[in-house]
Amino acid sequence: MVKKIYFWSIFFSFFFIKESFAAESGGMPQLNPEFWVSQIFWLILTFGIMYLILSKLILPKISNNLESRKSQILENIEAAEKQREDSDVKLKEYDEIISKSKHEANSIFNQAREKALKDISAKREILDKQIDNEISEAEKEIDALRKNAPDKINKIAIETSSEILQKLIGAEVNNSSISAIVDDLSKRNGDKYYGN
Amino acid sequence: MAANPMSQFDVYRIGPEIKVGAFDISFTNASLFMILSTVSILLIFNLGSKKNSILPNKIQLLAELSYTFVSKMISDTAGSKAKPYFAFIFSLFMFVLFCNMFGMVPYTFTVTSHIIVTFVLAAFIFIGVTVIGFIKHGFGYLKLFVPSGVPAILLPLIVVIEIISYLSRPISLSVRLFANMMAGHTMMKVFGGFVISLGIVGGWLPLSFSVALTGLEILVAFLQAYVFAILTCIYLNDALNLHH
Repeated sequence: MVKKIYFWSIFFSFFFIKESFAAESGGMPQLNPEFWVSQIFWLILTFGIMYLILSKLILPKISNNLESRKSQILENIEAAEKQREDSDVKLKEYDEIISKSKHEANSIFNQAREKALKDISAKREILDKQIDNEISEAEKEIDALRKNAPDKINKIAIETSSEILQKLIGAEVNNSSISAIVDDLSKRNGDKYYGN
Repeated sequence: MAANPMSQFDVYRIGPEIKVGAFDISFTNASLFMILSTVSILLIFNLGSKKNSILPNKIQLLAELSYTFVSKMISDTAGSKAKPYFAFIFSLFMFVLFCNMFGMVPYTFTVTSHIIVTFVLAAFIFIGVTVIGFIKHGFGYLKLFVPSGVPAILLPLIVVIEIISYLSRPISLSVRLFANMMAGHTMMKVFGGFVISLGIVGGWLPLSFSVALTGLEILVAFLQAYVFAILTCIYLNDALNLHH
């Protein structure tokens, strides 16, 4: 039922449209020359004024704006490039300074080390000499002592033996005879005591 | 009932009748929309060129994009010699575009849907281009009708065809714009009429068509303005750089 109503309504509506078109159709208004002159006049007037204003006032301004923006952007890019180059140069300088100072520090350190080493070796030499001297002196002393030791021992032995003899015998004995005996003994036994 | 799809193209007087001599130059709805279009163009581009900031605002961007769009179009089709005519082609493009777009607003009048308006524009372009061609090349401009590399036997035929095609330029240029505008608006009106007469039950189909057509017509409005401007550029190119 609904379908039928729908169909008939569409069907009739086409009739109505046809009728209304037939009743009001009067050709194209575009081809009616009544207002042609008016349209031409107003077209030339409005378009002419618009063209004049656009070409004399507005379009030069827009092109100026565009140009100035372009040049400004180019300038900015150039400035940025320049600054980058400057910073590159400065960075290089900085690197150079750093490497130079590193070198300097290294050389100073090396010099100081060498100097210290030299000082140390010089002092060591002096000390070595001193020690050698002292050692040789001490050796000399020892040698001297060693050379004197048998004589002294002999002397002591002579004195002691003379005193012992005096106490034992009660008479004085000739020192020279005692010393001759001690010498003889020490010569015989000297190797045993000194190990020479 | 405004069911007649042609009644939207009616021109009627607004205010008193103005007559200069035998000519009737009364203010009509067509004049009203011409003034509206030009005033809005001037307003937009004046606002868009007022401030010169490095980062353009929306309206400045719009103006500058249109400027570069048209200038690129001209330099692409007519070369660098066409620079003095930039302002004219820019105004032409903007005028046609704004008239077309104003026509897309309901209850408005489409200036460019009238053959007389488009024909005056096209005839002006035709005459101007011809004059420029003769000034630049003298009678050598007539070489335009003699394409190079054509066999001598075919030459009379080709020359006649070239002359006819040259003379039909204003007609094709004006009729293209006028017919596109008129056909589109008539079609939309017809579908709108269907929506009314089919009512709530059957009206949805033509309504959806109407919606789709509106989108299409906005595209056509832009496209026809572009075509009008680019054909002007091509004609100008013929006059400035004689290729044949």
